[in-house]
Amino acid sequence: MRELHRFPGGVHPSEHKAESSSRPIHEAFIPRKLVVPVRQHIGQPAKPVVELGDRVLKGQMIAEADGYVSTAIHAPSSGIISEIGLAKVPHPSGLPDLCISIETDGKDEWIAHEGVDWRIMEAAALRGYVRDMGLAGLGGAVFPSSIKLDPAGGPAIHTLILNGGECEPWITCDDRLMQERAEEILEGARIMQHLLGAQTLLAGIEDNKQEAIAAMRTAAEKLGLDIDITSMPTLYPGGGGKQITKTLTGLDTPSGGRTTDVGVQVFNVGTAYALARAILHGEPLISRIVTVTGHVLRPQNFEVLIGTQMSELVMHAGDREAMTGIIMGGPMMGFDVPNLDAPVVKSTNCVLAKSEETFPPRPREMPCIRCTQCVSVCPAVLQPQELYWFARARNFGKAQEYHLFDCIECGCCSYVCPSHIPLVDYYRFAKSEIWAREKEKRSSDIARERHEFHLFRIEREKKEKAARLAAKAQTKKTEAPTLAPEEQDAKKKLIAEALARAQAKKASITPKNTDGLPEEKKTEIAEIEARRAKIREVAKQPVEPEKH
Amino acid sequence: MLTAILVMAGLAIALGAVLGFAALRYKVEGDPMVEKIDAVLPQTQCGQCGFPGCKPYATAIAKGDADINLCPPGGDEGVKKLAELLGVEVKPLNAEPKPKSVAFIDENTCIGCTLCIQACPVDAILGAAKQMHTIIASECTGCELCIPPCPVDCISMVPIREDLTNWKWRYPVFRIKPA
Repeated sequence: MRELHRFPGGVHPSEHKAESSSRPIHEAFIPRKLVVPVRQHIGQPAKPVVELGDRVLKGQMIAEADGYVSTAIHAPSSGIISEIGLAKVPHPSGLPDLCISIETDGKDEWIAHEGVDWRIMEAAALRGYVRDMGLAGLGGAVFPSSIKLDPAGGPAIHTLILNGGECEPWITCDDRLMQERAEEILEGARIMQHLLGAQTLLAGIEDNKQEAIAAMRTAAEKLGLDIDITSMPTLYPGGGGKQITKTLTGLDTPSGGRTTDVGVQVFNVGTAYALARAILHGEPLISRIVTVTGHVLRPQNFEVLIGTQMSELVMHAGDREAMTGIIMGGPMMGFDVPNLDAPVVKSTNCVLAKSEETFPPRPREMPCIRCTQCVSVCPAVLQPQELYWFARARNFGKAQEYHLFDCIECGCCSYVCPSHIPLVDYYRFAKSEIWAREKEKRSSDIARERHEFHLFRIEREKKEKAARLAAKAQTKKTEAPTLAPEEQDAKKKLIAEALARAQAKKASITPKNTDGLPEEKKTEIAEIEARRAKIREVAKQPVEPEKH
Repeated sequence: MLTAILVMAGLAIALGAVLGFAALRYKVEGDPMVEKIDAVLPQTQCGQCGFPGCKPYATAIAKGDADINLCPPGGDEGVKKLAELLGVEVKPLNAEPKPKSVAFIDENTCIGCTLCIQACPVDAILGAAKQMHTIIASECTGCELCIPPCPVDCISMVPIREDLTNWKWRYPVFRIKPA
């Protein structure tokens, strides 16, 4: 039995897991239209590689990874590309983003695919393969898995933790996945361990998921995998990366750092499953398990094709009247989806339908009474009430001094606040303001540099021009005196001679068209020329004024 | 008596030498205040303050020749930062703040005269004589200095649209619903 450690803070919100955990995972259905955003992961959005009107097969890459921090996107079912453009995406802003829409044909025709042998494949090639399979962390952060699987450039990873915490209320997708597909999860974990070179393989599952723990232990025995599957006490946010690391290993992640700084890498069980499907079967990440629960008739977990509209998913689970909205994720960390037609993406672990009874509107914010209940529940050991004051007063420098960026936005502080202050909203506001400022600072620094170079360039061009002109003037000056007076006279003489020659030539010119004419014609022409010459002579004499 | 005078004189000479050495050894190039002010200014180089760029404006502020509220791209936020840095009262901006924009060249109208290229303070316009010009949007500071020299009025300012890359969480407010 592994010795467990207690992370600081944490709360016990009502679980609401029973609603959806008893039913098996509903197999995937094919909607008429799939809207697949190209930005589903942290980092650079994927670059579309298909064109309007193309027919795509299930599992075909439709957008490729663009840069290192990026991952590919694939067609979740076969059909025709009907639109590449801005469409609704699940985001708290409600702003649209670039999406590839597929009009499905219902045939669900797979592209030719087969797995790779990860035991003989080179690590870098395998990571590239993982990137081209579109893998990203399915626990919610959607960080490209290929990067997390790269042990280079950091401290050696000694422990790999398989995260089956699923501490957020209402959500049961990892629970059902572990119950039904434990073997593949562990196959995936084995590949992860191989890539990271971690000696220890751990799995942490909260003790409210006894069936999942049993299923995972049975599967581990069957595969003969050396993994320590631990039942952890249920405490929110025990499934956070830093928290599960603390619980299972006792290691504290330093402020501003990641768990990899202490040699621990954490992967969600869903990511391990997706990795196994990709490597052993060649199936890219085109679907995921989504818990559809809350104000619906049949709360259940669904295998959902990425790009399926949330409203359609809710309809499949039996929509009820008086639904007031949808939360993507759980009630603690999720956000209200502004458009119900937004598609399911890689990070969608739960679609939570709201109603007035289950999710009454948040009561009015009251003034902070400095009770410091938030301090005692903060798992990141922060001072939430201080951070709140600083964020509220837009004193961002001070907020950063109080380690604002160590906040994992778990929502424990807002949950216990007796004044119902939406504390996390203040922290998110402060964080995005700080990011925006840093970005602005960077671009203004670049502008300053460019302006300084512009001024330098103008100055340089001026100097170069002046130098050119001076050099030209110099050559003129030096060339002029080389001509001695006698030489100049010679030149003048030459010119005069040339002029005289030209005049003589002009005078001697006779019309050329008189050649080969008969004699009488020639004499006629000569007569005419003589007359002309006479007239010219007359014309040359000064005209005397006429006398009257 | 004499010893005292000698000691004092000796001390004065020694300390003077130390000070003189320090003044030379730790000499600060340029005015550090100007640098600090310049760091706060948004570097649009637009000249809307009446100075030919951010650095000259910073110099003028440091000398006390210019007010701190003359920079429209910096906005009220910028005035606040300057007031904090200089320890003076915040003043309202003397102009309407404009939304952040980038210049856009209508390529159908552009005649390739290069006048805008010469006007751009950050060399963010690409083109050559009788060739199409275009704005490098990522480098454009939105200073509008390219607009007046254009003989065919083909440059317009396009406000930067909000998208997922520049969206920010709003300041939390409690929405009051009518009963």
